[in-house]
Amino acid sequence: MLTSYDRPGSVPEALRLRGSEGSYIAGGTELVPLMRAGIADFRRLVDLRWTDLPAAVHLAPDGMLVLGAAAKMADVAQHPAVRERCPVLVQALLASASPQVRNMATLGGNLLQRTRCGYFRDGAFNCNKREPGSGCPAQEGDHRRHAIFGGSPACVAVHASDLAVALTALDACLTLHGPEGERRLPLAELYLDPGETPWRETALAERELILAVEIPAEAMGASSAYVKVRDRAAFEFALVSAAAMVRLDAGRIAKVAIALGGVAPRPWRLHGAEARLIGQPLTEDAVAAALHVDFAAARPLRGNGFKVELARRAAERAMALAGGLGGVAGCRD
Amino acid sequence: MKRTVRLNVNGDARVIDVEIGATLLDALRDHAGLTGTKKGCDAGACGACTVLVDGRRVNSCLTLAVMTEGAEITTIEGLASGEELHPLQREFIEHDGLQCGYCTPGQIMSALGYLREGHPSPAEPAIIREWMSGNLCRCGAYPNIVAAIAAVAEPSRC
Repeated sequence: MLTSYDRPGSVPEALRLRGSEGSYIAGGTELVPLMRAGIADFRRLVDLRWTDLPAAVHLAPDGMLVLGAAAKMADVAQHPAVRERCPVLVQALLASASPQVRNMATLGGNLLQRTRCGYFRDGAFNCNKREPGSGCPAQEGDHRRHAIFGGSPACVAVHASDLAVALTALDACLTLHGPEGERRLPLAELYLDPGETPWRETALAERELILAVEIPAEAMGASSAYVKVRDRAAFEFALVSAAAMVRLDAGRIAKVAIALGGVAPRPWRLHGAEARLIGQPLTEDAVAAALHVDFAAARPLRGNGFKVELARRAAERAMALAGGLGGVAGCRD
Repeated sequence: MKRTVRLNVNGDARVIDVEIGATLLDALRDHAGLTGTKKGCDAGACGACTVLVDGRRVNSCLTLAVMTEGAEITTIEGLASGEELHPLQREFIEHDGLQCGYCTPGQIMSALGYLREGHPSPAEPAIIREWMSGNLCRCGAYPNIVAAIAAVAEPSRC
């Protein structure tokens, strides 16, 4: 039951108003449906849009791209500096949601979205995230859209953000503001695997919020691409997705990053494949061979084994597109 | 918990008493008497509730009325000038871009937002389909919706 709605004028005031019971709101596209589904108890809303939370995109002198957490997805996708330097980011953003949602939704909110698992989102079902110990119906139930990596007997939900996958491949780092002040956190360390505590989803401290996303200069000046595979052509979450970034030096791979979406509780970096690809020429055969070991570690559920091969092919397709080897992205840019 | 909220809708100030948790959609329909904006899914997935807030298209079911205080809200009721229809309204009729009409206000408001976004080649059907993908039509009037929008985007084309 909502008892208050506040518009603080600064980030410190927002922290104070949020206290231990409040919820931050910015775009509203995630929180409003959660509230109306009645699966979370929201008491105090703290609207961040009148604070000094960064909402702009700027290029730092050292070449780092800084994206304000309050920036709208639509605005970031069409920003010249982003379009010039991070194709994978533009493609991931434009593959997300719908134009209306992208006009409202912020980067910070998108990164912190809760899982789309149908059992989590419907209070009629038990769910270990909502009620610790109540069970996970997805294990033996409708889990076509659930995890093949990183799940546990307590939870097999996936993270649905395309933005998070692209930023993971770009080695993004977050700046956070909390009761103890500011700190930086690699995006790769934001999301927690469910293990035995699926209700613990992020490494954020209570009241801590995201100020900005930083993309290092080394991640840009490379070729990159995003591939999203889903049943519909638009306005749907990924069954599987893949973000790839690659830089060549004298015809050999000098830097590479591959991250998968739709397959795990967080964007899933293919560190093994990346290590194998360094120093190799960028060919389809080299990519296929390199991917083998990472995918051998997949743990599909009874009904989502198809995702293993689908994700492998998405990773191959993303690498081919990033490296200029051709192919169809299923995305727009 | 109720709150008095002042909404600027179609150039008029509307002062209403709403629950903090009331969506803009419910506030428009139930409190401001503006039922042109439709509730399709109430979950941000169909686009029937599309309105403009400060000139940008948004889903009114995904924002709270209290959050839009001070913003300029434009609904379907605000498009015509007296008896004179907006070009989008005229072309939707001309190209038969509807059957039951339930998605139509949202389609038109979304199309208006789309045209204002300034995309390159705005009359290209593939571009229109991609950028109108937030608006569903269960009657399947899509080909005519696209034609109507293309006609406004590039009048010489129809």
